[in-house]
Amino acid sequence: MVTVPSRNVAICLFVILLCFASVPLFGDKYFVKLALRAIIFSIFAMSLDLLIGYTGLVSFGHAAFFGLGAYIVHLVSPVDESLNLFICLSLTLGLTAVAASIIGAFSVRTKGVYFIMVTLAFAQMMFYFFFNWPGAGGSDGAFIFFKPALKFGDLTVIDLDDGHTLYFFSLFAWVACYILLIFVLRSPFGQVIQGIKINEHRMQGLGYDTYLYKLVSFVIAGTIAGFAGFLFACIDGFVSPGLLGWRESGIAMVMVILGGQGTLFGALLGSVGFHGMEEIFREPAITGVIAEHWQILMGIFVICVVLFLKNGLSALITRFDSKAGEDV
Amino acid sequence: MVETDIPILSLKNIHCYIGPSHILRDVTFSVRPGQCLSLMGRNGMGKTTILRTIMGHIRPTKGIVHINGVNSALMKTHIIALSGIAFVPETRSIFPNLSVIENLTMAARTGVDGRSDWTLERIFNIFPKLEERQNFWGDELSGGEQQMLTISRGLMTNPSLLLLDEVTEGLAPLVREDIWRVILEIKNSGIASIIVDKHVKRLLEIADQHVILVRGEIVFHGDGKTLVECPELMKQHLGV
Repeated sequence: MVTVPSRNVAICLFVILLCFASVPLFGDKYFVKLALRAIIFSIFAMSLDLLIGYTGLVSFGHAAFFGLGAYIVHLVSPVDESLNLFICLSLTLGLTAVAASIIGAFSVRTKGVYFIMVTLAFAQMMFYFFFNWPGAGGSDGAFIFFKPALKFGDLTVIDLDDGHTLYFFSLFAWVACYILLIFVLRSPFGQVIQGIKINEHRMQGLGYDTYLYKLVSFVIAGTIAGFAGFLFACIDGFVSPGLLGWRESGIAMVMVILGGQGTLFGALLGSVGFHGMEEIFREPAITGVIAEHWQILMGIFVICVVLFLKNGLSALITRFDSKAGEDV
Repeated sequence: MVETDIPILSLKNIHCYIGPSHILRDVTFSVRPGQCLSLMGRNGMGKTTILRTIMGHIRPTKGIVHINGVNSALMKTHIIALSGIAFVPETRSIFPNLSVIENLTMAARTGVDGRSDWTLERIFNIFPKLEERQNFWGDELSGGEQQMLTISRGLMTNPSLLLLDEVTEGLAPLVREDIWRVILEIKNSGIASIIVDKHVKRLLEIADQHVILVRGEIVFHGDGKTLVECPELMKQHLGV
């Protein structure tokens, strides 16, 4: 199966993660935050890759769960003290999973372009809900004054208010999500969803209730996206309705395509590529007058990657891999 | 056994439309456990449509399909498959993103009556080629190997009825003989089957009853002996 990282991929990932781990040691605060955003968006994009790259469900409303995860942190956190990390995390994951099952139950019934439209519609509904709900700050967004922490009496084990703690917590979370998804995809369940991507009728013909399998895949992806939202909310302690908008869904999709769909680790390459290029294109010292209109350069960059690399940036690594038949 | 009296599958006065075209007209036949039925006829006569109707991919406009004596009109495709029917499509539809062994194991389950005769070892026994290639991707196989894999995938579900759609089509003669050998072996192991194919000679050897379709209508339904006695029928509809 494609999901087992080959030696080349494993080496590359190790090097990239090592670079990430060393950022807080050398880089200044701005770069630490940039790297942190790249890691968190990579988790978000990786969950979308489970849908697009493995299940064949092109969701255009995945940010609904990302934003919801972030908003739940705001809603459950008390204003005068930090909430227990375990409680906060369980609530976030649980509630996004519930939301994903409800939205998934409706949208997974549809196929192709209708699926895109239904997921987009649900995400926009959620966007306008939080946009117009004063209880969650409305269009201004809202603050999380005390970020979740894990404390035993006076002993603080994990405090996500601390920049470095959050950074390494997120880095660890990325590795955990990656390994979890590899196990999911290597399981019989994972084989079935990959079969559904290729030929859903055939999977039904083999006796699988494909609706159920697609729904479970949708819920897993939604929950992990909610987890990424949870981490994102802890960066600045600020959430805004924009997190649920179609723009965020689009960015996640661009990252998946940029990195290479159906690879999982491609999400990391896509996220790093996207954030890195954005920084370069926005720097007037490098791009001069175009820096203000960096989106144009980003567009050209994405088009070039799609045109000249067979499966996004991941192709740069996997093209040196041996074929499966010779591998084992 | 009592069950032998109930056909695994019976089609009664089936009419089917695809868009405005009337594809199947009043098709009626049944298959009992262990029986082998051949579906013959020229291209476009509705043979594949019958198989797809059985699987529930197409719903009949009129008529009833019974599976193990139960009306299948309300069964979804996967329920029909779980009732012990395996479909080996002409298009093969191997999963290219899974290895040979994964293509097989994902289909594996015990049959409706708890049988699990068809294991990986038995598959590799009848198709040694697949064992050699077990770690290849699905799309790295030759046409014949893909066909072996599709048949094996169907067998891994331990079906009581196997639908084979033109499985020997476009294969080299030697590979084709290999497939026929396996089809005979499947029949001898007691699995009922419906075979769509163009090789009348082989079908006459294997199948217990034959159905010839012309424009969605059954023009002949009987055993091999009766069919051989009507050479003009075979010449006209099968080109033999």
